Amino acid sequence: MIPVPVPVILSFCAAIFFIGLAGVLIRRNILVVIMSIELMLNAVNLTLVTFSAALDHPHGQMAVFFIIVVAAVESAVGLGLVIALFRTMRTVDTDQIQLLKG
Amino acid sequence: MSPEAIFFYLFAVMAVAFSLVTVLKRNPAVGAFSLVLVFFSFAGIYAILGAHLVAALQVVVYAGAIMVLLIFVIMLLNADSPSLDMDRTHWTLRALSLAGCATLFAFFVWAFQNGSLFPQPGQFPPQRVAELGGSTKLISYLMFTEYLYPFEVTSALILAGIVGSVTLAKRQKVKRGKA
Repeated sequence: MIPVPVPVILSFCAAIFFIGLAGVLIRRNILVVIMSIELMLNAVNLTLVTFSAALDHPHGQMAVFFIIVVAAVESAVGLGLVIALFRTMRTVDTDQIQLLKG
Repeated sequence: MSPEAIFFYLFAVMAVAFSLVTVLKRNPAVGAFSLVLVFFSFAGIYAILGAHLVAALQVVVYAGAIMVLLIFVIMLLNADSPSLDMDRTHWTLRALSLAGCATLFAFFVWAFQNGSLFPQPGQFPPQRVAELGGSTKLISYLMFTEYLYPFEVTSALILAGIVGSVTLAKRQKVKRGKA
C-alpha cells in the first residue's frame, strides 16, 4: 500500500517543515513569511496523511481536512492584514513594523 | 522499485527544490509560483498514499484558492517597488536559525529512523476501505456523522474569517492618527 518506507516519508515532511521554519526565521518580507507558514502547514498535513495510511485510520485525513480549512481562513485574514499594513506603513518589511516599540 | 515509489521520489525532490526556491528567492512572485508547484507535488504524494479526497482538496483549495489570493496580493502591492526588495536578516540571526533548523531536522530524522511508530493498526485497512467504496466515500461518511459538529463549527470559522478579512482590508473612512 505505502510504496516507500514510512520513515522516508516522515523525513521528507520534516525537511519541508524545517525549510518553512527557516523561511519564517530568515526572511523579512511578510509575504514570504506567509508562504513559509503555508509550507509548514503542508508538511504537517502530509505527516498526518502518512500516519493515517500507515496506521489504517481515516481520522488523520479528517484532521487534514480541518487544517486545510483553517489554513484557507488564516491566509485570507493574513493577507487582509498585509494589505492593511501596507496601506498604513507603505512597507512589507517585518523589521520596520515597530509600532509597539517604546 | 515500484512506479509509485519512483513517482514519490520524483514528487519529493520537486517539492524540496521548489520550496527552497520559495524561501530563498528575493522576488515573492517567483516564490509564489514555485509554491504552486510544491502544492501540486504534495497533491501527487497524497494520491500515492491513497488519500484521494485530500489530494483533490489540495489542488482546489491550496493551489487554487490560496495561491490566487496570494498572487493577487503580490500583484496588488506592486512587486517591483523598492519596498518589496528585501534584504535578508542579520547574519548571526540567519546562522543561528539555520543551525537550529538543521539540528532539529537531524534529530527528527534520527527519531523517525529509530523510533517505534506503530502501536496498533486501526480498523480500516486498505481492503476494508475498498469494500466500503473508497477513501473519499469513507471520509465523507465520517465528515457527516462523527465529525458533524466540528464541520458545523468550521462554517462559523469561515464566516468569522470572511468578516474579519473584509473589515481589515476595507478602506477606512474615519481618520485615525497617523501610524
